[in-house]
Amino acid sequence: MTSYTPTVTPGRDGFPALIRAEWTKFRTVRGWLIALAVAALIVVLVGLVSAAGSHRSCVGPHGRACPASVPGPTGPGGEPVSDSFYFAHQNLVGDGSVTVRVASLAVVKPDSPQPGDDTTHIEPWAKAGLIIKQNTRQGSAYAAIMLTGSHGVRMQYDFTHDRAGSSTARWLRLVRSGDTLTGYESADGTQWTKVGSTHLNGLPKSVPAGMFVTSPQHETVSQSVGSFSTSGFGTTAAASFDNVSRTGSWGQPGWHGSAVGDGPEMIQGPDGHGLTQSGGTFTMAGSGDIAPATGGDNTVEGALTGTFAGLIVLIVLGSMFVSTEYRRGLIRTTLAASPHRGRVLAAKALVLGGVTFVVGLVGSALAFLIVNKIRRSNGVPVQQVATGTEVRVVVGTAVVLALSAVFALAAGAVFRRGAGAVVTAIVLLVLPYILAIASLLPVGPAQWLLRITPAAGFAIQQSLQQYAQVSAWYAPPNGYFPLPPWGGLVVLAAWTAVALGLAVVLIRRRDA
Amino acid sequence: MEATIEVTELRKRFGLTMALDGLSFTVQPGRVTGFVGPNGAGKSTTMRIILGLDSVDEGAAYVGGRKYTTLRHPLTHVGSLLDAAALQPSRTARNHLLWLAHSQGLNGQRVDEMIELTGLRSAARRRAGGYSLGMRQRLGIAAALLADPPILILDEPFNGLDPEGIVWMRSLLRSLAAQGRAILVSSHLMSELEDTATHLVVIGRGRLVAETSVADLIARASGDLVALRTTARTEAMTVLASAGATVAATGTETLTVSGLPAERIVALLGEAGVPFSEVAGHRATLEEAYMELTRDTVEYRAEADVTP
Repeated sequence: MTSYTPTVTPGRDGFPALIRAEWTKFRTVRGWLIALAVAALIVVLVGLVSAAGSHRSCVGPHGRACPASVPGPTGPGGEPVSDSFYFAHQNLVGDGSVTVRVASLAVVKPDSPQPGDDTTHIEPWAKAGLIIKQNTRQGSAYAAIMLTGSHGVRMQYDFTHDRAGSSTARWLRLVRSGDTLTGYESADGTQWTKVGSTHLNGLPKSVPAGMFVTSPQHETVSQSVGSFSTSGFGTTAAASFDNVSRTGSWGQPGWHGSAVGDGPEMIQGPDGHGLTQSGGTFTMAGSGDIAPATGGDNTVEGALTGTFAGLIVLIVLGSMFVSTEYRRGLIRTTLAASPHRGRVLAAKALVLGGVTFVVGLVGSALAFLIVNKIRRSNGVPVQQVATGTEVRVVVGTAVVLALSAVFALAAGAVFRRGAGAVVTAIVLLVLPYILAIASLLPVGPAQWLLRITPAAGFAIQQSLQQYAQVSAWYAPPNGYFPLPPWGGLVVLAAWTAVALGLAVVLIRRRDA
Repeated sequence: MEATIEVTELRKRFGLTMALDGLSFTVQPGRVTGFVGPNGAGKSTTMRIILGLDSVDEGAAYVGGRKYTTLRHPLTHVGSLLDAAALQPSRTARNHLLWLAHSQGLNGQRVDEMIELTGLRSAARRRAGGYSLGMRQRLGIAAALLADPPILILDEPFNGLDPEGIVWMRSLLRSLAAQGRAILVSSHLMSELEDTATHLVVIGRGRLVAETSVADLIARASGDLVALRTTARTEAMTVLASAGATVAATGTETLTVSGLPAERIVALLGEAGVPFSEVAGHRATLEEAYMELTRDTVEYRAEADVTP
């Protein structure tokens, strides 16, 4: 008897066919498609609920808007900034320089100190020095060389840039040459060292230049289980400058003192706010800061608080995509059709990852746009961030959702049961995030969880930047992750890769 | 590709249990080969090993001379049905076949042909979770035949079929074998394979008990028993016993004789003038033959079950 000769010619071999088969599998289970839609919807809905909870409507005296509902100033880069200081200035026309010696920088006692307030130490980031600024409006471009409370000499410009000088110099010089501004320091007024320089493009010919002083809020954070509170008070620093000298062409005959960014502290501050001159010594006091704004209130990613809820749905979906095959014995059919087991898992991971990325992107983009629009129309001063950051937050959220689903898939293949995989994925992915963000753990353990668990991936949602030159509570409950956005995502991706690798090893080794 | 299944010296241990203990057999094309043995004899394990799903401790299994796991588009070489219940309940039958077709680079046309062949057209777009076991078996056959393989491996395909379905399955298997395919069909009930299998691989406790054609097996089980009908029972017993036969009375007018061929019995009775009305070779049923063959292994199993 001769053997049967097949009449069916198979199509192309390999991975594309496998991906097509897994996609067909996925799209033909209605419950899974519904779960996808639910995951996207829940991201939007949780965001909407939280937006409704942060409704802000108040009318100040005489029908004026609430101060808090007015967005603060933004810097040249579009980022929110603090820009309040006392400024003794003249207009510098064209190239020139100004040189001073900072004779003293000290804290000014508040009028009514609270118990526990430290009124004897200068704020570490109190600043006194020289500044050249585009104009006197808050948020305009600047470059400054300064002495700080306890961080020595710094050259700073355009809010986010900071370069350290020495810790002993008292003499400062700021030089304009075209668009280039250069800061120098000296211990004795004769030996000068360059600290840093920058180009401020589009700087007008005539710019305000001179001496400034400012001192940031003193903040203390008290954390308890489930909540945290920050309390702070404004501080004022007084500085005196002598040995003031100038080169170049200057607009007015004398120094003109004014407060940039008249905050309440400036108006109601203690004596000494004005500029006083005695011989060659100029004394002034100021409070506020020239720095990027920090803090987790009203961030753009606040619209994406539903991510973890959508994530749970996708974790269940991801683990079921493989665990139901084990439960029903269907895995044998799958592996008989495709004996390359590693490739089967890879195809499953690609299909699931692709689908959950697309759906996650729709969910996170809708939530981001709709919820932030509603928050703003409710009077919530949602922080402005650069478009690139917005894109990174939205797309990164979709990547987190997709990686998490693939992680759950790998766990499903390792455990071969849905329940174990779902619990594992939630314990590793969602639980650390909630414990850290909801202030259920002290900052130290919370930060470690967000470094080593796959929940580190949520860092991709952080729009806030952490600055070495600004004191703030850089902690998870305040919107700060211990790892940079892409670093956190890499941790999640590494977990997913390791889990998938383990799943491949096990599926190859085990009997189906 | 030569449509054969070759199993050599398979050994597999599950913990303390030796599931397969040096099992070897060959399945040839153009036949339905029954794969029989008591429950737990190792039939399903053997099939999973042939399909590359389970590993072996020793030995190897080849389909068409190659290991299953090295096949490109394996479903075009070997179609299999291991468990008709292995379905995603919320997926329709057609979609179940469709993803299988896609995995082999095939399209939906072949799917519809198989749905037609297995008589599932009216139910093809219903969720497989609502299928009866008989319908699932038909769907499993459709999946096994999807890529038109020359080799078929079917584990208990008669389970859950109604009488009409059993008739359909038997004729389908016969016609598939007639096309030159090699078909291995397991069953724990020999009667299901009656009129279908022409060859048998009988295993017990993971070992080969017999590898034989059905005709040989029945002939052997029938042995040399001859049924005799006579009104002179006592005379007949005397004549035959003195000629060396073993004679047993099975009724007032019937005797069973062993140790003498039927022609010799007729001659002896004729010489002695003993009247008789019927001499017939006793033909064992397949079931009887099988029971005879596996009696030892079944008994051993029963003992083994008591002592864990």
